Amino acid sequence: MTTRIGVVTFPGTLDDRDSLRAVRLAGAEPVSLWHRDKDLKQVDAVVLAGGFSYGDYLRAGAISRFSPVMETVIDQARAGLPVLGICNGFQILTESHLLPGAMLRNNHLHFICRDQKLRVENAETAWTADYETGQEISVPLKNIDGRYVADERVLDELEAEGRVAFRYLDGNPNGSLRDIAGITNAEGNVVGLMPHPEHAVEPLIGTGRTDGLAFFTSVIKKLVTA
Amino acid sequence: MARVVVDVMLKPEILDPQGQAVQRALPRLGFDGIADVRQGKRFELEVEGPVDDAALARIHEMAETFLANTVIEDFVVKVES
Amino acid sequence: MSLDTVKHAADTPDTGQPWAELGLKEDEYARIREILGRRPTGAELAMYSVMWSEHCSYKSSKVHLRQFGEKVPENDAMLVGIGENAGVVDVGQGYAVTFKVESHNHPSYIEPYQGAATGIGGIVRDILAMGARPVAVVDPLRFGAADHPDTRRVLPGVVAGIGGYGNCLGLPNIGGEVVFDPCYQGNPLVNAGCIGVMKHEDIHLAQASGLGNKVILYGARTGGDGIGGVSVLASETFDETGPAKRPAVQVGDPFQEKLLIECTLEIFREKLVAGIQDLGGAGLSCATSELASAGSGGMRVDLDTVPLRDATLSPEEILMSESQERMCAIVEPEKVGRFLEICEKWDVIATVIGEVTEGERLEIFWHGEQIVDVPPRTVAHEGPVYERPYARPEWQDALQADDAGKLPRPESSAELREQVLKLVASPNQASKAWITDQYDRFVQGNTVLAMPEDAGMVRIDEKTNLGVAMATDGNGRYAKLDPYAGAQLALAESYRNVAASGARPLAISNCLNFGSPEDPDVMWQFAEATRGLADGCFALGTPVTGGNVSLYNQTGDVAIHPTPVVAVLGVIDDVTRRTPIAFAEEGQLLYLLGDTREEFGGSAWSQVVHDHLGGLPPAVDLDREKLLGEILIAASRDGMIDAAHDLSDGGLIQAVVESCLRGGKGARLIVPDGLDAFTFLFSESAGRAVVSVPRSEELRFTDMCGARGLPATRIGVVDGEEVELQGEFSLPLGELSTAHEGTIPALLV
Repeated sequence: MTTRIGVVTFPGTLDDRDSLRAVRLAGAEPVSLWHRDKDLKQVDAVVLAGGFSYGDYLRAGAISRFSPVMETVIDQARAGLPVLGICNGFQILTESHLLPGAMLRNNHLHFICRDQKLRVENAETAWTADYETGQEISVPLKNIDGRYVADERVLDELEAEGRVAFRYLDGNPNGSLRDIAGITNAEGNVVGLMPHPEHAVEPLIGTGRTDGLAFFTSVIKKLVTA
Repeated sequence: MARVVVDVMLKPEILDPQGQAVQRALPRLGFDGIADVRQGKRFELEVEGPVDDAALARIHEMAETFLANTVIEDFVVKVES
Repeated sequence: MSLDTVKHAADTPDTGQPWAELGLKEDEYARIREILGRRPTGAELAMYSVMWSEHCSYKSSKVHLRQFGEKVPENDAMLVGIGENAGVVDVGQGYAVTFKVESHNHPSYIEPYQGAATGIGGIVRDILAMGARPVAVVDPLRFGAADHPDTRRVLPGVVAGIGGYGNCLGLPNIGGEVVFDPCYQGNPLVNAGCIGVMKHEDIHLAQASGLGNKVILYGARTGGDGIGGVSVLASETFDETGPAKRPAVQVGDPFQEKLLIECTLEIFREKLVAGIQDLGGAGLSCATSELASAGSGGMRVDLDTVPLRDATLSPEEILMSESQERMCAIVEPEKVGRFLEICEKWDVIATVIGEVTEGERLEIFWHGEQIVDVPPRTVAHEGPVYERPYARPEWQDALQADDAGKLPRPESSAELREQVLKLVASPNQASKAWITDQYDRFVQGNTVLAMPEDAGMVRIDEKTNLGVAMATDGNGRYAKLDPYAGAQLALAESYRNVAASGARPLAISNCLNFGSPEDPDVMWQFAEATRGLADGCFALGTPVTGGNVSLYNQTGDVAIHPTPVVAVLGVIDDVTRRTPIAFAEEGQLLYLLGDTREEFGGSAWSQVVHDHLGGLPPAVDLDREKLLGEILIAASRDGMIDAAHDLSDGGLIQAVVESCLRGGKGARLIVPDGLDAFTFLFSESAGRAVVSVPRSEELRFTDMCGARGLPATRIGVVDGEEVELQGEFSLPLGELSTAHEGTIPALLV
């Protein structure tokens, strides 16, 4: 049976169609999910796509976090459903407290869009198993509220438990503490990151690299073998 | 209708580049003597009915769960006449 | 305060009205009275005054713009021409593309962030109103001197506004320009372009027909935005204690616009609208009068039903409000229910405000009383037309006689090297990455090429790899020296840029930025530029699909350089055949295509090294441009070239440096026979490009150029980590990148 991966559209989500395409290119069946529906349509995994849900008004991700769909996503994530939060999706995950910390305005105060080099620090999660630990990849980064912060205790805990999933290489683009680009929960099923793997899945398009495709193949493999 | 104000500020230890940008601009504009600037948010809530302890408790809960992100922000609830 | 109803107006013919304060001329006011057979009501006066303004009526430019409709080349691609919200062209496989460029110059000077943001919002709604999904935006920008203090206010605000709004809409920003010149100091040019894609059967037009069809206003609530002028009417004439003056600046809400886009596209998919129009300048006045004028029948609107953000607005102000993120649709009664459901799904407020009626009048009511009763065509389409006087400026001859060819040239290899570095580091030639990195170029996952490539390119069909490309160009310095040639050079450069990317140029849009039409010198520039552009489009076979005119770009008596900006749209059957600018493969051969002459008038070199503007711009040869384009497209399609870069301002050396830095490889260059090193590097002769040819393709490529009669001169090879001109100098890539990439951040951060 084909793996079904859902992509949630909130009002103001932008990269939902890109994420659906990435899911399809990776070999799974893409399923559109709507913020007002609690029903996850029996998907095997969920992607919270990037964008400016609710215009990032109040705080990025703060309003979406209280949508009906998130009630189910939060419950099922705690029960082991693989969830990937990209950019605004990562912000929603921290607002939901599925992941620790928060995202603030970039230290230079500008939106930044560039090809960003990352190191995969944890290749054990549901979304990173097709990478090698220490592997260097390049995927687009684009945000204005991308500066990851958490208190020292949380940061030390993340480091000690190997829960820093990705780190920025060749220059920290936004002032994120300890160069953190993405993190995972302790169980490894919930991963969030600011850069956009779904924009790096086809040669010629975007940066012309396909370094992001393994996010989606990782979770498909995990679900098939599970 | 009574007005309740919720002020939300970044916690003191959190870097506030927007506040810093404002502070850096002040001397250029001829405003000296400002040692630090931090930028926050102010919510003005027009409350229906009496602002009693129960209402304030609800507003407090609202601020804690929604208006502020207590991972990074503190908040203060004030009643205006 | 009593309401100025139609009846009241008829009964009080002698009441004084503030037509002059609203910008109307005495004869225009008299004409309104003649059309109506009475004095206009306050609401009618407001509508006519804003719709007959230069901005909405094109009254000074119309007589010249007619050429774009008259000198139309044979071109099967045109589906919808001038006059609609945007033109539409056929790009094959059942797809149609709509595109347009507009100016938001004056608002962006007053409030850079919101001015630029709402400029994006407006052009995107224009494209949406044609039935298309917006797929990309571009931004041609012009500012005062790069080191002027006010540029530090205007530029970061404009860039943040474009990014803040466009990024939030999910539209990749794929191209544009950034130009600095003191002539734009008090008049920055903030132009914005948008491309939209649809299937042929989805084309929608702005017209209201079908008796009983409902008029639905949907999107944001109406507030007091952008009605500074009209509040004169509200406060001074009818109520001495009326509302305070309203702000002239509109504030955008990109989140609302994103919802409006998705909601409208869903409404299109279910075929629920008979006609549609966006609300931009002149708000509801414009939308209702244009819809009613273009359709059959009349229209009745109940203004009380308009959802307001500010309950104190007068009916005149509601009619004039330029609140953003609003659309107006004409919907058959049985489809209204479903229409409203979709709006509710997207949290978009939608209200039936009127209906299509019998007869030919636009009638507007307020609290049950009629305040407008006009023939809509007289408001929307039959405004005044001026034949403004124009004459070749007295100073034009002296300017052209001041030949840039006589400027001192570098006398040694060291000086030549120094001038190359100075050129590539100058604000106009420097990398604009600091600016373009603030725009999302990846969203939607279809971007094939984006800045700093010659043209932006997006894929529009994932299965077939069909794509479209767009470039925008303009050179005010050339146009100042010769507006006719300058307009054609802008067209030629944009055409060349599209061809260099591998796409076939199809059609153009334009944004014509000029000074005051009341100055005969400026009007001559305008007349010459439009004539040049119309002749050029005819010669190249690329029709004008629409465009925008921005006049009064001047401070006191001093006008900006005439600045026609041309956007060329191209189509490419297979985006995998696109040609980037990067020299990325060591050992590939560099060929210069076209003829290089001693042409330095208006050049970047004359500006950077001598702060000079004089002489004649480069000669225009549109047949050559066409041939060059055909060769570039064929070479791209057949895999004969791996990189191509058009030659324009800054000449050959600018193009080579950009291509080398982009690819991370150096180049060894040799001055060809018959040229001196200086002319080789800095000449700005038009109709040229530099290409990188794999050795295995060299013979096939040169044979093709020879057979078609296009000069192709081997000038070097991609090699090493320096740009070297044999016998003259070498420049390490590191030194070049520091110079090229450091300038803009140093000026603005």
